[in-house]
Amino acid sequence: MSAIYILWLRELKRYTRSRAQIIASLGQPMLYLLVLGFGLGSVFQRAGNGSYFQFIAPGVISMSVLFSSIFSGLGLLWDRQFGFLKETLVAPVPRIQIMIGRTLGGCTVALIQGLLVTVISVIAGFRPANYYAIPVALGFMLLIALLFAAIGVAIGSSLQDMQGFQLIMNFLVMPIFFLSGAMFPLADQKVPLRIATAIDPLSYGVDGLRSALLGTSFYGQFTDFVVLAVLGSILMVVGAYRFSKIEV
Amino acid sequence: MIHVRNLKKTFGSFVAVDDVSFEVAAGEIFAFLGPNGAGKTTTIKMLTTLLRPTEGSIELDGLNPLTQQNEARKRFGIVFQDPSLDGDLTAWENMEIHGVLYHVPHKLRRHRSEELLKLFELWERRNEIVKKFSGGMKRRLEIARGFLHTPKILFLDEPTLGLDPQSRNQLWTHVKGVNERENVTVFLTTHYMDEADRVAHRIGVIDHGKLVAQGTPREIKDRTGTESLEEAFLALTGSTIRDETAGSADQLRQFAKMWDGGRR
Repeated sequence: MSAIYILWLRELKRYTRSRAQIIASLGQPMLYLLVLGFGLGSVFQRAGNGSYFQFIAPGVISMSVLFSSIFSGLGLLWDRQFGFLKETLVAPVPRIQIMIGRTLGGCTVALIQGLLVTVISVIAGFRPANYYAIPVALGFMLLIALLFAAIGVAIGSSLQDMQGFQLIMNFLVMPIFFLSGAMFPLADQKVPLRIATAIDPLSYGVDGLRSALLGTSFYGQFTDFVVLAVLGSILMVVGAYRFSKIEV
Repeated sequence: MIHVRNLKKTFGSFVAVDDVSFEVAAGEIFAFLGPNGAGKTTTIKMLTTLLRPTEGSIELDGLNPLTQQNEARKRFGIVFQDPSLDGDLTAWENMEIHGVLYHVPHKLRRHRSEELLKLFELWERRNEIVKKFSGGMKRRLEIARGFLHTPKILFLDEPTLGLDPQSRNQLWTHVKGVNERENVTVFLTTHYMDEADRVAHRIGVIDHGKLVAQGTPREIKDRTGTESLEEAFLALTGSTIRDETAGSADQLRQFAKMWDGGRR
């Protein structure tokens, strides 16, 4: 247990110490939120869909959770390059504990990141339909974080170096974000896009978050929860398995 | 304490370690010598559960590191050849993590961390972030960390690389100390023949993945008819210079330096 705790603490310390990085990682969500949120607002309104800013805020929160959790998993690559991974891999601690400690740390950081973006959204004018639903929203953020941290660990365990990083960014992370319905409504889409969005696990995260914060949902909150929980558990097992097979 | 039989490791068509067998008795200091790329680090990685051998068997204190990984890991400590510190944490925090991972009780952990950081003259700077340390300081911290728990077997992979003579002396005195006081078996690699000659009870010389000689420093010198271990080593392995290809890790460190100006 203490191994899990110390590795969790390590992730947190690394996060809170890199202030510049915290600010940098808030830049992108703010661009989406403020530029797109207000920029496309009038078009969205004219199409009869209400406030785009309200609509996009849960999507941008999901995005920041997605990025920071998947990168926490991929942080394995950094630790591999800078050697710290070896130090944990030869320690007399079951690898599953090492993986859990890292993952929980990464998820905590992702949650903090999500909360920061939530606060920024509220400051910029976002109004949740129901403040009592904040814990539910947090629950969905956690599910998103766990799922993508697991994907990050699974991929990070399989890659040898950073060469593949750009590939993952362009062909996995960005599509996951764009296909999630974070930026556009899922209703009334053509079949190919509907299938693509239904395959994207983040769609259920964004939808769940939207259902909690705005009270509107496309798949239904229960479906969102089940999909995220089941898929997240499966990916966690895959990630743990891949992690247990790492050779340095 | 360590039994290695017909150990072999191949990476694709490249044979890194080829049919190596040796034994290290309990309480012995065994030096594993060889030119760059001879297979020293690959052997250590296999001994310490970081790599799976292609063929052959290993036994550490009666345990098979392949199947009884966790039990085997409890038996040894290791100082790696390349860095393995967390640069974003302080020296003290690096010691703490190590102590927790190796189940060193809280009180003992603090006590020994203090002792070791003082011994390797890092105590004053214990609360500084490691990435700001000089190369020598990082190296000293790695070594101090390696001694935080008392393992049955201590692996030292070129521990003195980049250390000044003072720290080197400190290190070997300490290694000899734990070996004599606590009967720790030591398995080390080094490029400094005088060190091996001075510290090791027995020596194995590896070249191109094959073990070419084994015995006490005296025996090896006698066998090659040379005066010093350095001459014996050159007689055994020839005098051509070996180049190691840079691994992906080295390439990436290079890339990372360019990329974020040595942020870590």
